[in-house]
Amino acid sequence: MPFNNHKHLIDIAEYSDAEIMKILETAQLFSEVNQRRIKKVPTLKGKTIVNMFNEPSTRTRSSFELAEKRLSADTLNFGGSSTSTVKGESLIDTVETLNAYKIDMVVVRDKHAGAPRIVSEHTPAVVVDAGDGKHQHPTQALLDLYTIWQRKGAIAGLRVGIVGDIAHSRVCGSLIPALKIMGAEVTVVAPGTLLPARPDVLGVDRVSYSLDDVLPELDVVYMLRIQNERLEGAPFPNLDEYHRLFGLTKQREPLMKPDAIVCHPGPINRGAELDSYMADHPNRSVILDQVYAGICVRMAVLYLLLGGADNGLSA
Amino acid sequence: MSTSPLKAVIMDEAAINRAITRIAHEILERNSGCENLALVGIVTRGDLIAKRLVEEIEKIEGVRVPLGNLDISFYRDDYETNFAPEVHGTRVPFDVDGKRIVLVDDVLYTGRTIRAALDAVMDMGRPSRIELAVLVDRGHRELPICPDFVGKNVPSSHEENVRVFLKEADGRTSVEIFDIAPGSRAGSAPLGGE
Repeated sequence: MPFNNHKHLIDIAEYSDAEIMKILETAQLFSEVNQRRIKKVPTLKGKTIVNMFNEPSTRTRSSFELAEKRLSADTLNFGGSSTSTVKGESLIDTVETLNAYKIDMVVVRDKHAGAPRIVSEHTPAVVVDAGDGKHQHPTQALLDLYTIWQRKGAIAGLRVGIVGDIAHSRVCGSLIPALKIMGAEVTVVAPGTLLPARPDVLGVDRVSYSLDDVLPELDVVYMLRIQNERLEGAPFPNLDEYHRLFGLTKQREPLMKPDAIVCHPGPINRGAELDSYMADHPNRSVILDQVYAGICVRMAVLYLLLGGADNGLSA
Repeated sequence: MSTSPLKAVIMDEAAINRAITRIAHEILERNSGCENLALVGIVTRGDLIAKRLVEEIEKIEGVRVPLGNLDISFYRDDYETNFAPEVHGTRVPFDVDGKRIVLVDDVLYTGRTIRAALDAVMDMGRPSRIELAVLVDRGHRELPICPDFVGKNVPSSHEENVRVFLKEADGRTSVEIFDIAPGSRAGSAPLGGE
Protein backbone atom coordinates (compact mmCIF):
# COMPACT_ATOMS: atom_id res chain seq x y z
CA MET A 1 0.00 0.00 0.00
CA PRO A 2 1.31 3.42 -0.83
CA PHE A 3 1.72 5.95 1.92
CA ASN A 4 -1.76 7.44 2.41
CA ASN A 5 -2.41 7.16 -1.32
CA HIS A 6 0.72 9.13 -2.17
CA LYS A 7 2.40 7.17 -4.89
CA HIS A 8 5.24 9.60 -5.55
CA LEU A 9 7.22 12.33 -3.84
CA ILE A 10 7.41 15.06 -6.46
CA ASP A 11 5.72 18.09 -4.95
CA ILE A 12 6.08 18.57 -1.20
CA ALA A 13 2.97 20.74 -1.21
CA GLU A 14 0.88 17.62 -1.87
CA TYR A 15 1.69 16.38 1.63
CA SER A 16 -0.13 17.43 4.79
CA ASP A 17 1.51 18.47 8.05
CA ALA A 18 0.54 15.11 9.60
CA GLU A 19 2.06 13.22 6.68
CA ILE A 20 5.28 15.22 6.80
CA MET A 21 5.44 14.61 10.55
CA LYS A 22 4.96 10.89 9.89
CA ILE A 23 7.98 10.97 7.54
CA LEU A 24 10.06 12.78 10.17
CA GLU A 25 9.03 10.32 12.91
CA THR A 26 9.87 7.39 10.65
CA ALA A 27 13.23 9.02 9.90
CA GLN A 28 13.90 9.07 13.63
CA LEU A 29 13.40 5.30 13.75
CA PHE A 30 15.90 4.90 10.92
CA SER A 31 18.32 7.10 12.82
CA GLU A 32 18.52 4.27 15.36
CA VAL A 33 19.45 1.88 12.53
CA ASN A 34 22.11 4.32 11.31
CA GLN A 35 23.77 4.29 14.71
CA ARG A 36 24.08 0.51 14.88
CA ARG A 37 27.25 -1.33 14.15
CA ILE A 38 25.48 -3.12 11.31
CA LYS A 39 23.70 -0.24 9.57
CA LYS A 40 21.41 -2.31 7.44
CA VAL A 41 17.91 -3.74 7.66
CA PRO A 42 16.35 -6.16 5.15
CA THR A 43 13.17 -4.14 4.63
CA LEU A 44 13.43 -3.51 0.87
CA LYS A 45 15.11 -6.78 -0.07
CA GLY A 46 14.27 -7.58 -3.68
CA LYS A 47 13.20 -4.05 -4.60
CA THR A 48 15.03 -2.40 -7.48
CA ILE A 49 15.65 1.32 -7.32
CA VAL A 50 17.17 3.28 -10.17
CA ASN A 51 18.93 6.55 -9.45
CA MET A 52 18.45 8.46 -12.69
CA PHE A 53 20.68 11.47 -12.30
CA ASN A 54 20.72 13.48 -15.51
CA GLU A 55 22.70 16.25 -13.89
CA PRO A 56 25.92 16.13 -11.87
CA SER A 57 25.30 15.35 -8.22
CA THR A 58 27.53 13.77 -5.65
CA ARG A 59 25.92 14.43 -2.31
CA THR A 60 22.28 13.81 -3.08
CA ARG A 61 23.07 10.72 -5.11
CA SER A 62 25.39 9.33 -2.44
CA SER A 63 22.80 9.98 0.23
CA PHE A 64 20.06 8.22 -1.74
CA GLU A 65 22.40 5.37 -2.55
CA LEU A 66 23.34 4.84 1.08
CA ALA A 67 19.69 5.02 2.13
CA GLU A 68 18.78 2.42 -0.50
CA LYS A 69 21.63 0.12 0.47
CA ARG A 70 20.89 0.36 4.17
CA LEU A 71 17.36 -0.81 3.37
CA SER A 72 18.77 -3.72 1.30
CA ALA A 73 17.30 -2.55 -2.02
CA ASP A 74 19.13 -3.32 -5.26
CA THR A 75 20.31 -0.05 -6.72
CA LEU A 76 21.38 1.04 -10.14
CA ASN A 77 22.90 4.37 -11.01
CA PHE A 78 21.75 5.43 -14.42
CA GLY A 79 22.83 8.68 -15.97
CA GLY A 80 25.67 11.11 -15.61
CA SER A 81 27.81 12.10 -18.55
CA SER A 82 27.10 8.76 -20.20
CA THR A 83 23.40 9.48 -20.13
CA SER A 84 21.39 8.42 -23.11
CA THR A 85 19.89 11.87 -23.57
CA VAL A 86 23.34 12.94 -24.70
CA LYS A 87 22.98 10.34 -27.46
CA GLY A 88 19.67 11.85 -28.44
CA GLU A 89 17.26 9.56 -26.62
CA SER A 90 14.22 11.32 -25.24
CA LEU A 91 13.44 11.25 -21.53
CA ILE A 92 10.34 9.18 -22.21
CA ASP A 93 12.25 6.58 -24.22
CA THR A 94 14.76 6.33 -21.37
CA VAL A 95 11.91 5.76 -18.92
CA GLU A 96 10.43 3.07 -21.16
CA THR A 97 13.81 1.34 -21.09
CA LEU A 98 13.86 1.47 -17.31
CA ASN A 99 10.32 0.08 -17.24
CA ALA A 100 11.56 -2.92 -19.20
CA TYR A 101 14.02 -3.54 -16.35
CA LYS A 102 10.98 -4.05 -14.06
CA ILE A 103 12.03 -1.49 -11.48
CA ASP A 104 10.12 -0.50 -8.36
CA MET A 105 11.30 3.08 -7.92
CA VAL A 106 13.15 5.73 -9.85
CA VAL A 107 14.89 8.62 -8.15
CA VAL A 108 15.05 11.48 -10.65
CA ARG A 109 17.50 14.37 -10.75
CA ASP A 110 17.20 16.50 -13.87
CA LYS A 111 18.20 19.95 -14.97
CA HIS A 112 14.72 20.49 -16.37
CA ALA A 113 11.95 21.51 -14.01
CA GLY A 114 9.04 19.08 -14.24
CA ALA A 115 11.06 16.09 -15.44
CA PRO A 116 10.06 13.90 -12.45
CA ARG A 117 6.38 14.54 -13.19
CA ILE A 118 6.84 13.53 -16.82
CA VAL A 119 8.67 10.39 -15.69
CA SER A 120 5.79 9.54 -13.34
CA GLU A 121 3.35 9.73 -16.24
CA HIS A 122 5.28 7.08 -18.15
CA THR A 123 6.20 4.50 -15.54
CA PRO A 124 4.39 2.22 -13.12
CA ALA A 125 7.30 2.72 -10.71
CA VAL A 126 7.31 5.09 -7.75
CA VAL A 127 9.02 8.40 -8.56
CA VAL A 128 11.01 10.45 -6.09
CA ASP A 129 12.19 13.91 -7.12
CA ALA A 130 15.85 14.39 -6.23
CA GLY A 131 15.96 17.93 -7.58
CA ASP A 132 14.55 19.24 -10.84
CA GLY A 133 15.89 22.43 -12.37
CA LYS A 134 15.06 25.46 -10.27
CA HIS A 135 11.79 23.85 -9.21
CA GLN A 136 11.81 21.46 -6.23
CA HIS A 137 14.03 19.30 -4.08
CA PRO A 138 11.58 17.72 -1.65
CA THR A 139 13.91 15.35 0.24
CA GLN A 140 16.21 18.31 0.93
CA ALA A 141 13.28 20.17 2.51
CA LEU A 142 12.42 17.07 4.56
CA LEU A 143 15.95 16.69 5.87
CA ASP A 144 15.99 20.39 6.74
CA LEU A 145 12.73 20.02 8.64
CA TYR A 146 14.08 16.94 10.42
CA THR A 147 17.23 18.77 11.49
CA ILE A 148 15.27 21.78 12.72
CA TRP A 149 12.76 19.54 14.52
CA GLN A 150 15.52 17.55 16.23
CA ARG A 151 17.26 20.69 17.36
CA LYS A 152 14.29 22.87 18.26
CA GLY A 153 11.73 20.26 19.32
CA ALA A 154 9.05 21.76 17.09
CA ILE A 155 8.68 23.56 13.80
CA ALA A 156 5.41 25.45 14.18
CA GLY A 157 5.89 29.02 15.29
CA LEU A 158 9.62 29.16 14.51
CA ARG A 159 10.93 32.15 12.62
CA VAL A 160 13.01 30.92 9.73
CA GLY A 161 15.05 33.20 7.49
CA ILE A 162 16.25 31.95 4.13
CA VAL A 163 19.14 34.02 2.86
CA GLY A 164 20.71 34.21 -0.57
CA ASP A 165 19.94 33.13 -4.08
CA ILE A 166 16.20 32.67 -3.73
CA ALA A 167 15.50 33.06 -7.45
CA HIS A 168 17.64 30.15 -8.63
CA SER A 169 17.04 27.83 -5.70
CA ARG A 170 15.11 24.58 -5.97
CA VAL A 171 15.86 24.07 -2.30
CA CYS A 172 13.63 27.08 -1.69
CA GLY A 173 11.02 25.66 -4.03
CA SER A 174 10.38 22.84 -1.58
CA LEU A 175 11.58 24.33 1.69
CA ILE A 176 9.28 27.37 1.69
CA PRO A 177 6.06 25.38 1.17
CA ALA A 178 7.25 22.69 3.60
CA LEU A 179 7.95 25.24 6.33
CA LYS A 180 4.59 26.90 5.73
CA ILE A 181 2.75 23.55 5.90
CA MET A 182 4.45 22.91 9.25
CA GLY A 183 3.44 26.30 10.58
CA ALA A 184 6.74 28.19 10.58
CA GLU A 185 7.05 31.88 9.77
CA VAL A 186 9.29 32.36 6.75
CA THR A 187 11.30 35.41 5.71
CA VAL A 188 13.46 35.51 2.62
CA VAL A 189 16.48 37.80 2.58
CA ALA A 190 18.30 38.65 -0.63
CA PRO A 191 19.34 41.45 -2.92
CA GLY A 192 16.52 42.27 -5.33
CA THR A 193 18.51 40.74 -8.16
CA LEU A 194 18.42 37.32 -6.48
CA LEU A 195 14.69 37.37 -5.85
CA PRO A 196 12.08 36.36 -8.38
CA ALA A 197 10.48 39.23 -10.28
CA ARG A 198 7.34 38.67 -8.22
CA PRO A 199 8.50 37.71 -4.70
CA ASP A 200 4.86 37.44 -3.61
CA VAL A 201 4.54 34.14 -5.52
CA LEU A 202 6.98 32.57 -3.04
CA GLY A 203 4.27 32.43 -0.40
CA VAL A 204 6.53 33.73 2.35
CA ASP A 205 5.53 35.95 5.26
CA ARG A 206 8.10 38.61 4.57
CA VAL A 207 10.70 39.69 2.04
CA SER A 208 13.70 41.64 3.27
CA TYR A 209 16.69 43.20 1.56
CA SER A 210 18.72 43.50 4.76
CA LEU A 211 20.16 40.62 6.74
CA ASP A 212 21.00 42.90 9.66
CA ASP A 213 17.34 43.94 9.95
CA VAL A 214 15.93 40.45 10.32
CA LEU A 215 18.78 38.52 11.95
CA PRO A 216 17.83 39.43 15.57
CA GLU A 217 14.40 37.77 15.20
CA LEU A 218 15.36 34.50 13.56
CA ASP A 219 15.36 31.08 15.24
CA VAL A 220 16.77 29.41 12.14
CA VAL A 221 19.09 31.08 9.63
CA TYR A 222 19.12 29.11 6.42
CA MET A 223 21.98 30.18 4.18
CA LEU A 224 21.77 29.27 0.50
CA ARG A 225 24.81 28.60 -1.60
CA ILE A 226 25.82 31.23 -4.11
CA GLN A 227 25.54 29.06 -7.19
CA ASN A 228 28.19 30.40 -9.51
CA GLU A 229 27.02 27.99 -12.19
CA ARG A 230 23.50 29.43 -12.16
CA LEU A 231 24.29 33.13 -12.04
CA GLU A 232 23.64 35.04 -15.21
CA GLY A 233 23.70 38.78 -15.69
CA ALA A 234 25.89 39.64 -12.68
CA PRO A 235 23.31 40.02 -9.88
CA PHE A 236 25.90 41.57 -7.58
CA PRO A 237 29.16 43.41 -8.29
CA ASN A 238 31.49 40.91 -6.67
CA LEU A 239 31.62 38.16 -4.03
CA ASP A 240 33.30 40.44 -1.47
CA GLU A 241 30.40 42.83 -1.57
CA TYR A 242 27.88 39.96 -1.31
CA HIS A 243 29.79 38.54 1.62
CA ARG A 244 29.85 41.93 3.33
CA LEU A 245 26.09 42.55 2.91
CA PHE A 246 24.54 39.08 2.97
CA GLY A 247 27.20 36.77 4.39
CA LEU A 248 26.71 35.24 7.84
CA THR A 249 29.90 36.20 9.61
CA LYS A 250 31.55 36.35 13.00
CA GLN A 251 30.88 40.11 12.99
CA ARG A 252 27.15 39.51 12.59
CA GLU A 253 26.87 36.76 15.21
CA PRO A 254 26.13 39.16 18.11
CA LEU A 255 22.91 40.11 16.28
CA MET A 256 21.64 36.54 16.46
CA LYS A 257 19.40 35.03 19.13
CA PRO A 258 21.49 33.02 21.59
CA ASP A 259 19.86 29.78 20.45
CA ALA A 260 19.55 30.52 16.74
CA ILE A 261 20.91 27.80 14.47
CA VAL A 262 22.56 27.94 11.05
CA CYS A 263 21.54 25.60 8.23
CA HIS A 264 23.03 25.21 4.78
CA PRO A 265 22.18 22.66 2.06
CA GLY A 266 25.85 22.24 1.06
CA PRO A 267 28.29 22.38 -0.45
CA ILE A 268 29.33 25.56 1.33
CA ASN A 269 31.31 28.34 -0.25
CA ARG A 270 33.46 29.55 2.62
CA GLY A 271 33.95 33.28 2.34
CA ALA A 272 30.82 33.78 0.23
CA GLU A 273 27.57 33.09 2.09
CA LEU A 274 29.29 31.95 5.29
CA ASP A 275 32.63 32.56 6.92
CA SER A 276 34.46 29.64 8.50
CA TYR A 277 33.63 30.85 11.99
CA MET A 278 29.90 30.45 11.39
CA ALA A 279 30.20 27.36 9.18
CA ASP A 280 32.07 25.53 11.95
CA HIS A 281 30.28 27.10 14.91
CA PRO A 282 29.98 24.31 17.50
CA ASN A 283 26.60 25.39 18.89
CA ARG A 284 24.94 27.02 15.92
CA SER A 285 26.01 25.20 12.77
CA VAL A 286 23.86 22.12 12.04
CA ILE A 287 25.24 21.65 8.53
CA LEU A 288 26.64 18.17 9.21
CA ASP A 289 23.48 17.20 11.11
CA GLN A 290 21.66 18.00 7.86
CA VAL A 291 23.90 15.60 5.95
CA TYR A 292 23.17 12.85 8.48
CA ALA A 293 19.45 13.67 8.46
CA GLY A 294 19.47 13.23 4.69
CA ILE A 295 20.13 9.50 4.99
CA CYS A 296 17.50 8.99 7.72
CA VAL A 297 14.83 10.98 5.87
CA ARG A 298 15.49 9.27 2.54
CA MET A 299 15.26 5.86 4.21
CA ALA A 300 11.90 6.95 5.63
CA VAL A 301 10.64 8.13 2.23
CA LEU A 302 11.70 4.92 0.49
CA TYR A 303 10.19 2.82 3.26
CA LEU A 304 6.85 4.62 3.30
CA LEU A 305 6.47 4.90 -0.48
CA LEU A 306 7.57 1.37 -1.27
CA GLY A 307 4.83 -0.09 0.83
CA GLY A 308 6.27 0.06 4.29
CA ALA A 309 3.23 1.35 6.01
CA ASP A 310 -0.18 2.68 5.57
CA ASN A 311 0.06 3.23 9.24
CA GLY A 312 -0.90 5.75 11.80
CA LEU A 313 -2.64 8.43 9.86
CA SER A 314 -5.46 6.47 8.33
CA ALA A 315 -5.90 4.13 11.30
CA MET B 1 -10.17 -2.36 14.41
CA SER B 2 -13.52 -4.06 14.42
CA THR B 3 -14.85 -5.44 17.67
CA SER B 4 -14.99 -9.20 17.61
CA PRO B 5 -16.97 -11.35 20.02
CA LEU B 6 -15.18 -12.46 23.18
CA LYS B 7 -15.24 -16.24 23.63
CA ALA B 8 -13.34 -16.75 26.85
CA VAL B 9 -10.91 -15.25 29.30
CA ILE B 10 -8.04 -17.71 29.39
CA MET B 11 -5.87 -16.08 32.04
CA ASP B 12 -6.77 -13.47 34.60
CA GLU B 13 -4.41 -11.05 36.28
CA ALA B 14 -3.40 -13.44 39.06
CA ALA B 15 -2.68 -16.24 36.61
CA ILE B 16 -0.58 -13.94 34.45
CA ASN B 17 1.40 -12.72 37.46
CA ARG B 18 2.05 -16.30 38.58
CA ALA B 19 3.17 -17.27 35.07
CA ILE B 20 5.56 -14.33 34.86
CA THR B 21 7.03 -15.15 38.27
CA ARG B 22 7.49 -18.79 37.24
CA ILE B 23 9.11 -17.84 33.94
CA ALA B 24 11.51 -15.55 35.80
CA HIS B 25 12.57 -18.50 37.99
CA GLU B 26 12.89 -20.76 34.96
CA ILE B 27 15.07 -18.25 33.12
CA LEU B 28 17.39 -18.03 36.12
CA GLU B 29 17.46 -21.79 36.54
CA ARG B 30 18.22 -22.42 32.86
CA ASN B 31 20.96 -19.80 32.82
CA SER B 32 22.37 -20.57 36.29
CA GLY B 33 21.74 -17.03 37.48
CA CYS B 34 21.80 -13.77 35.64
CA GLU B 35 25.41 -13.40 34.56
CA ASN B 36 25.49 -12.01 31.01
CA LEU B 37 21.71 -12.27 30.89
CA ALA B 38 19.69 -9.63 29.03
CA LEU B 39 16.03 -9.44 28.08
CA VAL B 40 14.70 -8.08 24.81
CA GLY B 41 10.95 -7.53 24.52
CA ILE B 42 9.18 -7.32 21.19
CA VAL B 43 6.90 -4.29 20.91
CA THR B 44 4.08 -4.04 21.57
CA ARG B 45 3.41 -5.89 24.87
CA GLY B 46 6.42 -8.21 24.69
CA ASP B 47 8.36 -5.18 25.91
CA LEU B 48 5.98 -4.77 28.84
CA ILE B 49 6.19 -8.45 29.77
CA ALA B 50 10.00 -8.26 29.51
CA LYS B 51 9.97 -5.30 31.89
CA ARG B 52 7.95 -7.30 34.41
CA LEU B 53 10.33 -10.24 34.06
CA VAL B 54 13.28 -7.92 34.74
CA GLU B 55 11.52 -6.76 37.91
CA GLU B 56 10.80 -10.33 39.01
CA ILE B 57 14.40 -11.35 38.39
CA GLU B 58 15.53 -8.38 40.45
CA LYS B 59 13.31 -9.52 43.32
CA ILE B 60 14.81 -13.00 43.21
CA GLU B 61 18.47 -12.25 42.53
CA GLY B 62 18.83 -8.61 43.55
CA VAL B 63 20.29 -7.81 40.12
CA ARG B 64 18.66 -5.70 37.44
CA VAL B 65 19.47 -7.30 34.09
CA PRO B 66 19.68 -5.12 30.96
CA LEU B 67 16.41 -4.64 29.09
CA GLY B 68 15.87 -3.73 25.45
CA ASN B 69 12.86 -3.14 23.20
CA LEU B 70 12.73 -4.47 19.68
CA ASP B 71 10.46 -3.27 16.89
CA ILE B 72 10.56 -5.78 14.04
CA SER B 73 8.71 -3.65 11.49
CA PHE B 74 11.79 -3.30 9.29
CA TYR B 75 12.32 -7.08 9.32
CA ARG B 76 8.81 -8.25 8.48
CA ASP B 77 8.33 -10.68 5.59
CA ASP B 78 4.85 -9.36 4.90
CA TYR B 79 5.24 -5.60 5.13
CA GLU B 80 3.56 -5.05 1.76
CA THR B 81 0.39 -7.05 2.28
CA ASN B 82 0.09 -6.91 6.03
CA PHE B 83 0.95 -3.33 6.77
CA ALA B 84 2.98 -2.69 9.87
CA PRO B 85 0.92 -1.28 12.66
CA GLU B 86 2.54 1.82 14.12
CA VAL B 87 6.32 1.55 14.15
CA HIS B 88 7.48 2.10 17.72
CA GLY B 89 11.21 1.97 17.40
CA THR B 90 13.98 -0.20 18.69
CA ARG B 91 16.04 0.57 21.76
CA VAL B 92 18.63 -1.95 22.84
CA PRO B 93 20.90 0.09 25.12
CA PHE B 94 23.58 -2.57 25.61
CA ASP B 95 26.08 -4.54 23.56
CA VAL B 96 24.52 -7.90 22.63
CA ASP B 97 27.90 -9.54 21.97
CA GLY B 98 28.41 -12.51 24.27
CA LYS B 99 25.07 -11.97 26.03
CA ARG B 100 22.49 -14.61 26.81
CA ILE B 101 19.49 -12.94 25.28
CA VAL B 102 15.95 -13.89 26.22
CA LEU B 103 13.50 -12.69 23.59
CA VAL B 104 10.10 -11.97 25.09
CA ASP B 105 6.79 -11.80 23.25
CA ASP B 106 3.16 -11.93 24.32
CA VAL B 107 1.66 -14.51 21.95
CA LEU B 108 3.57 -17.07 19.88
CA TYR B 109 1.61 -18.05 16.77
CA THR B 110 3.14 -18.60 13.33
CA GLY B 111 6.68 -17.87 14.50
CA ARG B 112 7.24 -15.23 11.82
CA THR B 113 7.62 -12.42 14.31
CA ILE B 114 10.29 -14.42 16.15
CA ARG B 115 12.07 -15.16 12.86
CA ALA B 116 12.19 -11.42 12.20
CA ALA B 117 13.30 -10.70 15.77
CA LEU B 118 16.13 -13.24 15.51
CA ASP B 119 17.39 -11.48 12.39
CA ALA B 120 17.10 -8.10 14.08
CA VAL B 121 19.10 -9.24 17.13
CA MET B 122 21.73 -10.90 14.94
CA ASP B 123 22.18 -7.61 13.09
CA MET B 124 23.19 -6.00 16.37
CA GLY B 125 26.01 -8.40 17.12
CA ARG B 126 26.69 -11.96 18.23
CA PRO B 127 24.90 -13.07 21.38
CA SER B 128 26.25 -16.26 22.98
CA ARG B 129 22.71 -17.66 22.88
CA ILE B 130 19.14 -16.59 22.32
CA GLU B 131 16.18 -18.06 24.17
CA LEU B 132 12.49 -17.37 23.76
CA ALA B 133 9.90 -16.62 26.44
CA VAL B 134 6.22 -16.14 25.60
CA LEU B 135 3.19 -15.61 27.78
CA VAL B 136 0.94 -17.65 25.47
CA ASP B 137 1.77 -20.30 22.88
CA ARG B 138 -1.27 -20.77 20.69
CA GLY B 139 0.27 -23.22 18.21
CA HIS B 140 0.05 -23.16 14.38
CA ARG B 141 3.76 -22.63 13.80
CA GLU B 142 4.78 -21.98 10.19
CA LEU B 143 8.50 -22.05 10.97
CA PRO B 144 10.71 -24.36 13.05
CA ILE B 145 10.60 -22.18 16.16
CA CYS B 146 10.06 -23.51 19.67
CA PRO B 147 9.79 -21.45 22.86
CA ASP B 148 12.02 -22.13 25.86
CA PHE B 149 9.64 -20.62 28.42
CA VAL B 150 5.84 -20.63 28.10
CA GLY B 151 3.26 -19.05 30.40
CA LYS B 152 0.39 -21.11 29.04
CA ASN B 153 -0.29 -23.33 26.06
CA VAL B 154 -3.58 -22.36 24.46
CA PRO B 155 -4.91 -24.58 21.69
CA SER B 156 -6.64 -22.32 19.21
CA SER B 157 -7.98 -22.28 15.70
CA HIS B 158 -7.12 -19.92 12.84
CA GLU B 159 -10.61 -18.46 13.20
CA GLU B 160 -9.75 -17.27 16.67
CA ASN B 161 -7.58 -14.45 17.91
CA VAL B 162 -5.69 -14.68 21.19
CA ARG B 163 -4.90 -11.35 22.76
CA VAL B 164 -2.92 -10.29 25.77
CA PHE B 165 -4.06 -7.18 27.61
CA LEU B 166 -1.77 -5.52 30.11
CA LYS B 167 -2.73 -2.90 32.65
CA GLU B 168 0.08 -0.55 31.55
CA ALA B 169 -1.23 -0.38 28.00
CA ASP B 170 -4.84 -1.50 28.13
CA GLY B 171 -6.17 -0.73 31.58
CA ARG B 172 -6.74 -4.42 32.38
CA THR B 173 -4.61 -7.53 32.59
CA SER B 174 -5.91 -10.69 30.95
CA VAL B 175 -5.51 -13.14 28.11
CA GLU B 176 -8.66 -13.41 26.03
CA ILE B 177 -9.76 -15.42 23.06
CA PHE B 178 -11.96 -13.93 20.35
CA ASP B 179 -13.65 -15.07 17.20
CA ILE B 180 -12.16 -13.23 14.28
CA ALA B 181 -14.72 -10.91 12.78
CA PRO B 182 -15.13 -11.54 9.05
CA GLY B 183 -12.63 -9.45 7.12
CA SER B 184 -10.29 -8.69 10.00
CA ARG B 185 -7.03 -10.44 10.69
CA ALA B 186 -5.37 -12.12 13.60
CA GLY B 187 -2.66 -10.23 15.36
CA SER B 188 -1.80 -7.91 18.19
CA ALA B 189 -4.44 -5.58 19.45
CA PRO B 190 -3.73 -1.89 19.16
CA LEU B 191 -2.30 -0.31 22.29
CA GLY B 192 -5.04 1.07 24.47
CA GLY B 193 -7.33 -1.89 23.86
CA GLU B 194 -10.36 -1.89 21.65
